[in-house]
Amino acid sequence: MPVIVVEVMPKPELLDPQGKAVAGALHRLGMAGIAGVRIGKRFEVTVDEVTDAVLAEVTRLAEDMFSNSVIEDVVSITTIPTATGS
Amino acid sequence: MTSIGVITFPGSLDDRDAQRAVRLAGATPVALWHGSHSLEGVDAIVLPGGFSYGDYLRCGAIASLSPIMAEVIDAAAKGMPVLGICNGFQMLTEAHLLEGGLIRNDHGSFICRDQKLRVENASTAWTTGFETGAEITVPLKNGEGGFIADAETIARLEGDGRVVFRYLEVNPNGSLNDIAGISNARGNVVGLMPHPEHATEEGFGPDTALAMRNGTDGLTIFTSAIASLVSA
Repeated sequence: MPVIVVEVMPKPELLDPQGKAVAGALHRLGMAGIAGVRIGKRFEVTVDEVTDAVLAEVTRLAEDMFSNSVIEDVVSITTIPTATGS
Repeated sequence: MTSIGVITFPGSLDDRDAQRAVRLAGATPVALWHGSHSLEGVDAIVLPGGFSYGDYLRCGAIASLSPIMAEVIDAAAKGMPVLGICNGFQMLTEAHLLEGGLIRNDHGSFICRDQKLRVENASTAWTTGFETGAEITVPLKNGEGGFIADAETIARLEGDGRVVFRYLEVNPNGSLNDIAGISNARGNVVGLMPHPEHATEEGFGPDTALAMRNGTDGLTIFTSAIASLVSA
């Protein structure tokens, strides 16, 4: 079945304490050349088929439920087509 | 007698503490259930603290879509007093009853402390019993309590007197402008991260200069709502 992938990130202007903690750990491990880490979310929505109506509905959900526009941005919505034979 | 409903969601922790606070304040607590569509005729509502749905998706996000929240949103629009404490505050922002949002504490850790606050607005349904500028101490315990909003929203909240509680001495979570709690424009919906329901009975509250665990500063929040309803 096809999957619609929604990616959500904390707004760039906001502090991302999770990313900051990971970046801090990397620095403590001596990793050079990493300026920062930000952590977001990826939603994989399995659907019966991808139609314009289904895409529109998932886009609405991405903006209204999967993300909170006060603190996050939907950065991408992509489709993974059905793998043949699966 | 005034009745105040406390809604229990899957993962609520402080629902019974809120019911107890309501009773100590002199009203009848009514246990409400997230999956119901009935407010059972209550006069006011408390959304309690806890970790509804394990904080999955975002704190308060899934709970804000509960069946009973449709009735809460309707009742709030008609002027019913609604208080959101901690996870309840997060639900109110997710339900768009209050502006802004709550993000992970800036220092990255859960924090639990007796927190001093200033009551900035003593005219909301939940604060009429205070003097403006009153300093109170109630417990605070959160991992995602950093209040944020865009600069325009912060300026409007400040300009309209809708910052209801402000952190004093320590900003425990990185909240912008030290904001601990806000209200809607009408003043009937109030949300705050600290827990007034844990400071309502001597022997079970924050320490005071007088004695250990004797602080009851939170009780006035509940008696204020009762007084607002009686005078309405």
